[in-house]
Amino acid sequence: MFERKQISRTAVLAAIAGLAGLAPAKAEDTVKIGMILPMTGGQASTGKQIENAIKLYMQQKGDTVAGKKIEIIVKDDAAIPDKTKTAAQELIVNDKVSFIGGFGVTPAALAAAPLATQAKIPEVVMAAGTSIITERSPYIVRTSFTLAQSSTIIGDWAAKNGIKKVATLTSDYAPGNDALNFFKEHFTAGGGQVVEEVKTPLANPDFAPFLQRMKDAKPDAIFVFVPAGQGGNFMKQYAERGLDKAGIKVIGPGDVTDDDLLNNMGDAVLGTVTAHIYSAAHPSQMNKDFVAAYKKAFGTRPGFMAVSGYDGIHLIYEALKKTNGDTDGTKLVEAMKGQKWESPRGPISIDPETRDIIQNVYIRKVEKVDGELYNVEFQTFEGVKDLGKTKK
Amino acid sequence: MTSILTNLFDGVAYGMLLFVLACGLAVTLGLMNFVNLAHGAFAMAGGYVCMLLVNQHGWPFFAALPLAFVSAAAIGIVLERTLYRHLYARSHLDQVLFTIGLTFMSVAAVDYVQGSSRVFINLPAALEGQFDVFGVGIGRYRLMIIVICGLLTIGLQMVLAKTRFGSRLRAAVDDPRAASGLGINVPQVFAFTFAFGCGLAGLGGALSAEILGLDPYFPLKFMIYFLIVVTVGGSSSITGPFLASLLLGIGDVAGKYYVPKMGPFVIYTMMIVILIWRPNGLFGRTAAR
Repeated sequence: MFERKQISRTAVLAAIAGLAGLAPAKAEDTVKIGMILPMTGGQASTGKQIENAIKLYMQQKGDTVAGKKIEIIVKDDAAIPDKTKTAAQELIVNDKVSFIGGFGVTPAALAAAPLATQAKIPEVVMAAGTSIITERSPYIVRTSFTLAQSSTIIGDWAAKNGIKKVATLTSDYAPGNDALNFFKEHFTAGGGQVVEEVKTPLANPDFAPFLQRMKDAKPDAIFVFVPAGQGGNFMKQYAERGLDKAGIKVIGPGDVTDDDLLNNMGDAVLGTVTAHIYSAAHPSQMNKDFVAAYKKAFGTRPGFMAVSGYDGIHLIYEALKKTNGDTDGTKLVEAMKGQKWESPRGPISIDPETRDIIQNVYIRKVEKVDGELYNVEFQTFEGVKDLGKTKK
Repeated sequence: MTSILTNLFDGVAYGMLLFVLACGLAVTLGLMNFVNLAHGAFAMAGGYVCMLLVNQHGWPFFAALPLAFVSAAAIGIVLERTLYRHLYARSHLDQVLFTIGLTFMSVAAVDYVQGSSRVFINLPAALEGQFDVFGVGIGRYRLMIIVICGLLTIGLQMVLAKTRFGSRLRAAVDDPRAASGLGINVPQVFAFTFAFGCGLAGLGGALSAEILGLDPYFPLKFMIYFLIVVTVGGSSSITGPFLASLLLGIGDVAGKYYVPKMGPFVIYTMMIVILIWRPNGLFGRTAAR
């Protein structure tokens, strides 16, 4: 019995030694990037957009940087923080990745933060949007956006453009509360008044009673933030209840009119004004090429999550170029700070102090272009930093 | 006053929808004594069939609704004959594990084929918007739901209480051995009943796409609602789940309108209070089987 145990242990040790012998040779020419994305569950469209964008980028730019081959390992966390944590551990310990990236929702990005700090590897956040995220680890860099960026801008814009009374409808979770608070602060500072405030539970998609309450409050506009997937339901029920005919406009950060779903929402969305970082109708040549390539490869329009993923992988490529292929995490984060480039959404850069993204925020209105619905940009706020941090 | 009536109307429509979605479950759970947690998967199947027919093949919405019923029922009968019937005699735990697995498989399959984004059914213009009756906002679509679901409920009650098939079914449930001794083909009755329940779910799925949204996670998201309806209503008749659906629908809508801060809490509170008061549901039989 004892002997048999010893034999098997020797075998295991030999196997490990064998693997260890192989590993360094491999590590020299491959850089592994662990992507933790919600590929199933309610946030799956986020994960798919980011994965698509990364595939597209690697098709266009090749899979070698600074002499190293890039290997992407995708893990599905279904946007559940516990799974995110396990996935991050596996990627760091077993797969020896040099980056972790993705993160569909805020709790997922936060769950991985202490691991990034411990392992000293960059965590590139490509979707989650609450302000606090980048403060949780010196290794976190973000290429998506923060809700403060879009919500404050739409608050200022509304106050200046004849909207006096607003009712708010936001999903009751951290990003929803961020959106609400930043909007309220800027809108009321500009002289506006919030007449009704409703927080909807994340799980329930029937907005009818909430919308009836909004209608009875008779505001000039409703400020809406719901997770991207629920935007379509909201807009349909908004039209069903006749709020558009009652002259109540919809304003908000652009999640509610995400390009991913916008075209299926029907004409009731026409005229919705939102502030956001990206529209598939952004008029630059680079974006036109990006949209065309994405459509050709995946058959759908890219949304803001796709462009965040595209920029995320770009940032990783550039960092590796700058370190000349060195995968030391601290050097990579240093290389990412202050990076500046032209993205399909317009010029963007990484703030060297907060490691958060600085970008243009556009005011857009839903219009029909060639028979399809698009967010058409009509005003630009340039180089917006995350206001959630500059306040402190 | 008008807002109270508008809410009442919305609540009734929501309740009716819950009933059509859940009554198939009441039938399998209460009459056949089988725990079918994959019930929502059949509802989703109906919803997707309706969506594909209307959006991609240009069928009119009202022509696609019966097909949603038929296709969900067809899937139901195939699965009943191949898989479910082996589990009738097994323990409830086995049934739960099996049907939960089936639910996850359906989620993955639809996600793979159709993608995960939420889909909408293109409705005819006549069903959109609201009209006013003395200041009360009546949504056209919700009115249609009330009419269809109301007729179905009456029809269902008639079939179960008045027809030969209804009495055969009740006999098959109460004592399968004696029933088959009397010449009732018990497996056939069960298969037909199961398929009919699935068909109703499919119809409910097609009707609910507009209000609840339709995506591959539908069966998981709404499982809890189906179960609440059946537990609150009691599963031994269909009158129970019907009244429970109405009560919960109205309560949920009113709760969200008058105390929006409570969110979905109202519906759970109602469930707990009712179950403390009547542990077997509103119309449950007191003597357990």
